[in-house]
Amino acid sequence: MISTSLLTEFKTLLGKDNVLDSESDRHSYSYDAAVLDAVIPELVLRPTNSEQLGRTVALCNENKLPMTVRGAGTNLSGGTIPTKEHGVVILTNGLNKILEINEQDLYAVVQPGAVTAKFAAEVAKRGLFYPPDPGSQAVSTLGGNVAENAGGLRGLKYGVTKDYVMGVNFWNAEGEYIKSGGKTVKCVTGLNIAQLMVGSEGTLGVFDEIILKLVPPPVASKAMLAEFDDIAKASETVAAIIANKIVPCTLELLDNATINYVEDFTKAGLPRDAAAILLIEVDGGHIALVEDDAQKVLDICKKHGAKRVQMAKDAAEKNKLWEARRNALPALARARPTTVLEDATVPRSQIPAMITAINNIGAKYKLQIGTFGHAGDGNLHPTILTDRRDKEEFHRVEQAVDEIFDVALSLGGTLSGEHGIGTAKSKWLEKETSKATIIYSRRLKKAVDPNYLLNPGKIIGG
Amino acid sequence: MTADVHQLAKMLHELDDQMVACMKCGLCQAVCPVFAETMNEGDVARGKIALLENLSHEMIKDPEGVQDKLNMCLLCGSCAANCPSGVKVLDIFLKARVIVNTYMGLPTVKKVIFQGLLTKPALFNSVLDVASKFQGVFTKTANDVIGSSCSRIVNAPVIGERHFMPLAPKPLRKLEPTRNTRPGKSGYRVAFFPGCVIDKIYPRVGQAVLKALTHHEVGIYMPSGQACCGIPALASGDKESFDKLVKRNLEVFEKENFDYLLTACATCTATMHELWPLMSGDKTQSMQDRIAAMSAKVMDVNQFMVDVLKVAMPVEGHGAKITYHDPCHLKKSMKVFEQPRQLLKTNPNVEFVEMADADRCCGCGGSFNLQHYKVSKDIGTQKRDNIVASGAQIVATGCPACMMQISDMLSQNKDNVAVKHVMEIYAETL
Repeated sequence: MISTSLLTEFKTLLGKDNVLDSESDRHSYSYDAAVLDAVIPELVLRPTNSEQLGRTVALCNENKLPMTVRGAGTNLSGGTIPTKEHGVVILTNGLNKILEINEQDLYAVVQPGAVTAKFAAEVAKRGLFYPPDPGSQAVSTLGGNVAENAGGLRGLKYGVTKDYVMGVNFWNAEGEYIKSGGKTVKCVTGLNIAQLMVGSEGTLGVFDEIILKLVPPPVASKAMLAEFDDIAKASETVAAIIANKIVPCTLELLDNATINYVEDFTKAGLPRDAAAILLIEVDGGHIALVEDDAQKVLDICKKHGAKRVQMAKDAAEKNKLWEARRNALPALARARPTTVLEDATVPRSQIPAMITAINNIGAKYKLQIGTFGHAGDGNLHPTILTDRRDKEEFHRVEQAVDEIFDVALSLGGTLSGEHGIGTAKSKWLEKETSKATIIYSRRLKKAVDPNYLLNPGKIIGG
Repeated sequence: MTADVHQLAKMLHELDDQMVACMKCGLCQAVCPVFAETMNEGDVARGKIALLENLSHEMIKDPEGVQDKLNMCLLCGSCAANCPSGVKVLDIFLKARVIVNTYMGLPTVKKVIFQGLLTKPALFNSVLDVASKFQGVFTKTANDVIGSSCSRIVNAPVIGERHFMPLAPKPLRKLEPTRNTRPGKSGYRVAFFPGCVIDKIYPRVGQAVLKALTHHEVGIYMPSGQACCGIPALASGDKESFDKLVKRNLEVFEKENFDYLLTACATCTATMHELWPLMSGDKTQSMQDRIAAMSAKVMDVNQFMVDVLKVAMPVEGHGAKITYHDPCHLKKSMKVFEQPRQLLKTNPNVEFVEMADADRCCGCGGSFNLQHYKVSKDIGTQKRDNIVASGAQIVATGCPACMMQISDMLSQNKDNVAVKHVMEIYAETL
């Protein structure tokens, strides 16, 4: 139990509105977007400045309270579900400022609770570009993006969150301030701790300020939609585009099941018999170059057996082409009560094998699975449609997920491309890595968090 | 007590099929106007649904805490309109309010208002008629352009710092006789439901509607004895009063035949069109059929003008700049947002300009404004800022409740921006 005197201390530190301890408030921070059981925290705290954040961490450490930092709670692997015993949730939405956008030196400094899409829009207003665009960007926080190493649709060409992190300043478990990285393109001062923080899911420190790289935006883009009657042809097309030294900014795939769910939902006239469609967008610094690339991509699509290719003439047509991809998740999510969204990732050449395996697994366990995702980087989203209230069916879902991971690993892939490990996937970690890797990681954690209070149990268990 | 909570949990199971559709993605945080102010997860749809689920699974001991969170909602429907999995958030929240209220009981003040006054239209009307004569004793004019009032005394009960719209000297029903006319050359006959706020505060809006309908030779049925649409009672979880009001209105309007039942209040339209049938599941089949038949005829007056009468002929406007605020219950509930803009563009004396975030909630939310004035005002102030930034001298909208809220915000900031209903602007051209 948290003592009354500690509660008073938190209220004095943060103000009573920022110490949430009522039953209904605590229950509101017991879950995230992962399909996992909720865990009710004992206390929820919202620091509103850097000093308060540091002091909050120190107080939790002194009182041996495990801390789970939460941004928008959108992650899909249980990383923001608090710890079972005396779990404390530290909210970052009181630390949501964009501190600096530097147009000369192409970097920005943000607090961890700044919302991704709002930040990207502010950057765009200044004629610059912050490319990482995770599906939850309308609400997700940059602190959460860094902690999960979030990806998005632009990964293939522009990279993911880790490629934009220049520095992270954070509070360690004892509440001491740690600085890493900086504002310069080149910086080799000390260990590269900033990159260690990326994807650490709150297990190594509590972020205070993040320095992010900005780039000039593309000035032109062209989008097209290609239909295939064989998923292998779609995959060959992807490989051929890249072999021709063209890197599209978007290269998205919808499989036959997903196409049909989207068509059921939108009645937009998608080809129900197509094995796959690819949504391809190329962009660049000059319209002539972009049009040239677009034409080459179109030719490659046709050469590799695309049944039909539609190229958007203008922004309105481009918007229409995107509709199928935009509606993929909404359509799948509406089909059944529970949506289990996975992100097993394979080398892009293995996409046909992966999709065949997913469909076989779906048939074996009598489950509805639609697969869509980022064909360019092999990051697929097999989406299992189910009802978690049906225990028998949900057990089959769990078995199917196990097999999907086995297949992904056997194809040289990975458990998670962008959703993180959290508690949802930690049991498979050893399969992909090794026992020694996990022991090494745990030793690292123990060294910087001796009391095991920073989001314990996530990624590496223990 | 425990047995009782068990009972409450059982009643909430009814909502399980709808609640399970929420995949907890959290995207509602991007659009919820209340969350934008409080930043508390329990105030956003995902959080409320999680709380209701935990209450129904008896993981929560204190239903009052959940009720407080449930009431911290404008019922604007922004979350539902943006939900990737199509969760029927408003259905869930309204039903949950009824269930929780049945369990917790209605506060006395609401009991007096809903059960003692609102369900008895004759009494309700006469009380407010008397009030309109004496209101000047306690209040004074705050802003001439807007026509708002404020309290003469500091810290006045209920009114507080509000700049409210005074009760009209005479309500619509005293200014305009009941109507029961045949269609002229339009060929249409409509029933007109002014609703409480237009009747008592904005009779000029009702008059504009009547003028337009008469001009286009539309037959009008406007009977006496109309009751409130029921939303204030339903939003407070008082299903019994809501049912009485629905029944009363059915009886009044079933007396005659007409093509459409028109209102000029977005909230009344959405309530009668969407919520009357939604909440009729516990009624007899014949009553359900009657409600469904009447609901199907309900239409927003802007939509009727543009889609049915096809009156909108856009002209190039010169003169005062006018902007438009999308009432949530028109845009998000009824998907009506083009028609009011088209109507505004028929007036040659005004020049239409869009404001930023025109479809963001004004923060009124009916009784939300009474219970949570600070949050309501913070949300409303953003609306005010967007109106002022648009450079408009007139802001038009399609809901008298939005008009009251926007008037309060503008008046407190001493802005000389007039607040009008779209139909007033349209009727000026006739």
